[in-house]
Amino acid sequence: MHLRMSLSVKHLLGIRELTRQDIELVFQTADQFKEVLQRPIKKVPTLRDTTIVNVFFENSTRTRLSFELAEKRLGADVMNFSASGSSVSKGETLIDTVNNILSMKVDMVVMRHSATGAPHFLAKHINVPIVNAGDGINEHPTQALLDAFSIRERLGSVEGKKIAICGDIMHSRVALSNIYCLKKLGAEVTVVGPPTLIPKHIGNALGVNVSYDIKETLKWADVANVLRIQLERQNMPLFSTLREYSLAYGVNRKLLDSLGKDIVIMHPGPINRGVELSSDVADSGQSIILDQVENGVATRMAVLYLLAKKEN
Amino acid sequence: MKSILTDRQLAITIERLSHQLVENHLDFRDTVVIGLQPRGIFLSDRIYRHLQALVPSANIPYGKLDITFYRDDYNSGKTLHLPNETDMDFSIDNKRVILIDDVLYTGRTIRSAMDAMLDFGRPAKVELCVLIDRRFSRELPIQPDYTGRTIDAIITERVKVLWNERDGKDEVVLIA
Repeated sequence: MHLRMSLSVKHLLGIRELTRQDIELVFQTADQFKEVLQRPIKKVPTLRDTTIVNVFFENSTRTRLSFELAEKRLGADVMNFSASGSSVSKGETLIDTVNNILSMKVDMVVMRHSATGAPHFLAKHINVPIVNAGDGINEHPTQALLDAFSIRERLGSVEGKKIAICGDIMHSRVALSNIYCLKKLGAEVTVVGPPTLIPKHIGNALGVNVSYDIKETLKWADVANVLRIQLERQNMPLFSTLREYSLAYGVNRKLLDSLGKDIVIMHPGPINRGVELSSDVADSGQSIILDQVENGVATRMAVLYLLAKKEN
Repeated sequence: MKSILTDRQLAITIERLSHQLVENHLDFRDTVVIGLQPRGIFLSDRIYRHLQALVPSANIPYGKLDITFYRDDYNSGKTLHLPNETDMDFSIDNKRVILIDDVLYTGRTIRSAMDAMLDFGRPAKVELCVLIDRRFSRELPIQPDYTGRTIDAIITERVKVLWNERDGKDEVVLIA
């Protein structure tokens, strides 16, 4: 019943580096952690001799809390570091910061950074496992894993399913990791949004369909993963106003009712309610947004479990 | 390779273990049965079928427990163990628990199992039922309450339990 006994990678830097077997191994392991999380005592002692540091150079609520909870549920010792209020503001370099943390005998690093490739750089210079919790506009691998895990849970499998990724594809690491992950699992992917928010050549480069018509795309789709407009990463106007974006590409009840079928609605959070997603849709029975959050803990437990083992 | 139990002996032994359990638990009113994943399940499935036939009036809770996350060798063992399914949809608070596994060797699996089990409540009593007891090999002070066959095997020898469901035949063998 087991595909293989361990991941093919030492770090989780991106979905790009993973094989389909790796992803399925994470899912199988996460299934068992999901069961643990339903118990009265939701904690296991597996990583009781492991210390993990969460290094966040960029803001986060869900991901940081989710990682921290996953680590604690596994019995690990946890340290949290955020760039604001740290020596980073005094000019310390990334490697110095992390090496100083590692001298305190830390076994694993979970890092979010606003620079693309920061965890890849770090992986070349330190010898403990690194989990990428989001790097710039590149990848957010655990989000993609929990998204695909949630689709598998709701629809039975990912293979052959039609997934629409909607909105700000250009600035979204969630989009890129999701595309890698879903394609590796055999799903069909369409990215949809205004032309200014979809990278040129993405269709050929990543093997996805490109559409600028949200209604037609959702008619085709089994699942719509609606992304947040990343205003903080846009340094030039890419659409006129949020209101116009919402009118043209917002997912709302009226749009969903016009499809003639029920599709699954996902969002990685945080939601800009009324912009990319209306409140009545976000809170409806079609939405699995809160399941995604719940599955995030089990999925991250699986990733940590599969990577934290020390070599003898 | 030496045969320890043939298919016929294995069937008789499992039947005997089931009768011994009935002898001590009679109507199974406050008793639950827990098989240990992955290999103890073949034995616990069969014992449970016997118990259902022997005490048809009892509705005995039957769970499957995986101990992977409770092992003491995550960072000392060579290979990473992958988890199996845990299926325990009842509390063991104040219950008499019968833990079932195929081979009792160092006792470390049972130590982990007791840890894992205690996350589902505080049992009144825990008993251990095993098919094969490799005595003199224990690393922890753990002994079985019900034993199919006791054997003396040296550390380089391996006991293998074959099950029809998985291996195509029932047999217990000793591999040198």
